[in-house]
Amino acid sequence: MTRQSTLGALLRSQGVSRRAFLKFCTTTASVMALPASLIPVMADALEQAQRQSVIWLSFQECTGCTEALTRSHAPTLEGLIFDFISLDYHHTLQAASGRAAEAAREEAMREHAGKYLLLVDGSIPTVKAYSTIAGISNLDMLKDSAVNAAAIIAVGTCAAYGGLPMAAPNPTSAVPVSDLITDKPIINIPGCPPLPLAITGVIAHYLTLGTLPALDALDRPLAFFGENIHDRCYRRPFYDRGLFAETFDDAGARKGWCLYKLGCKGPVAYNACAHVKWNQGVSFPIQSGHGCIGCSEPGFWDSAGIYESIADGQFGTGPKLASAAVVGAVAGAGAALLARGKKEKKAAAHAANE
Amino acid sequence: MTLLEFARGPAIHWALIILVAGTIWRLLGVLALTRGGDLSRPRDAFGNYKGYRTVFSRAWPSSEFNVATRYQTIVAYLFHFATLIVVVGITAHIEFIQSLTGASWPALPNAVGVAIGIVALVSLLALILRRLTNPSIYCSNLGDYITWILVAAPLITGLMAFAHLGPRYETMLAIHILSVALMFIWFPFSKLMHSIWFVFSRAQSGLTYAHKGVQI
Repeated sequence: MTRQSTLGALLRSQGVSRRAFLKFCTTTASVMALPASLIPVMADALEQAQRQSVIWLSFQECTGCTEALTRSHAPTLEGLIFDFISLDYHHTLQAASGRAAEAAREEAMREHAGKYLLLVDGSIPTVKAYSTIAGISNLDMLKDSAVNAAAIIAVGTCAAYGGLPMAAPNPTSAVPVSDLITDKPIINIPGCPPLPLAITGVIAHYLTLGTLPALDALDRPLAFFGENIHDRCYRRPFYDRGLFAETFDDAGARKGWCLYKLGCKGPVAYNACAHVKWNQGVSFPIQSGHGCIGCSEPGFWDSAGIYESIADGQFGTGPKLASAAVVGAVAGAGAALLARGKKEKKAAAHAANE
Repeated sequence: MTLLEFARGPAIHWALIILVAGTIWRLLGVLALTRGGDLSRPRDAFGNYKGYRTVFSRAWPSSEFNVATRYQTIVAYLFHFATLIVVVGITAHIEFIQSLTGASWPALPNAVGVAIGIVALVSLLALILRRLTNPSIYCSNLGDYITWILVAAPLITGLMAFAHLGPRYETMLAIHILSVALMFIWFPFSKLMHSIWFVFSRAQSGLTYAHKGVQI
């Protein structure tokens, strides 16, 4: 990890030109929906930015979020900004281990009390014994680390909404960060994994303005999660024309038609995959021929089958329509018999009177 | 559970259960009733045939009423056909029907579906305007207006969901499905049953008239 004191110094030492840096600032400001007048402010602030202390806690997760950020492609400005922050604690990336690692976390918490950012990936099992680090349960470590944090960034769907570990039957009684910490600003950057630009964009915003960006109802930065995949998808014209792939190997699939009928969750999934894309803008899942699985949405794992169209009914278990038909038939026949009985009774009474 | 999960899960499921049970209940309840014994000689030897023919012949007014009912006939035809096409022609609807029955067919392009949906909605508005301005013709009751609202709601919410008007898409989609669920629940117990009854009521009228020798 580099030890330059300011981000500007780090970027210059890595051979990043002023032009490339300004391009990054323009892109980030644009993506974060900041006014153009803030671009030079962002450039100045980022250049002079001091190293931000960050504690990264990994709980019930697969390391995919870290992988997405650090190994997505050749070094970029996003990667360098990630390098620039003072990552004082991160299981996968830190050199220290065991007691030394925990000491680093405690020292960072003490030295930067009230100022450090707490990044969390992975959900937290509420049954303490299910996941521990250095003998400390995930639950205790999160609560302990959150006390003096300036803000918490829940990276990935597991930390933001529980994700895969919380999927039924949720064997570890896992919960997301927001279920446990209620007195700190929390920003969710969901995705399985989330877009690297969304993570660094939020960090850049924080380094520049000292605040967290505007959020949607699910506490996601609007800049990256403000629009659904479907509206930004390059296959949208095929949807509008009613041209769909029916299977993954039919003519429609080969022609790149819409994947709606194959279970694409693009219309109900909010993320920037379709326009920011992955691996330096090379592609994203739909471009690779697979529908969106809606990984940035709460409960995506349980909400519907990956290959079920979003228009399908999700009935689960319960009374079936056939039994409803039988009930209706019995009720109808009963009503008719009742009416017949009444009629016959009245006819008999009428005959008796005569 | 999100609103969309509720809408396309238990809400639409129970609505379908009530629709199926209620419709069969009402159909059987009426069709299994006894009818009075026929004590007269039929005036028309082809009465039965003429009775069944009425099912189709009543799809158009008698020629002497053509002018008087022109507005109603044209607008009602527009509404019924447009609604039918929208219900069975839009991709998402076909997907839903396929998930229930396994049957599927090619869908209309979205632009065509939206255009026909607008025709259905505008014609429905034209029909309620006529109903409101001619109260003596219709003798409307509260149920008629509830029915109109519950038929208009899926059209309005469906168009809004497609056009991304109002709340976010998933919320609008959920509202659309919930509006359909309400209509399904209301269907068996309202005049919407005419979509099934019309066959029986026309046939019964035709049979009765033919039996009496009335020209039909």
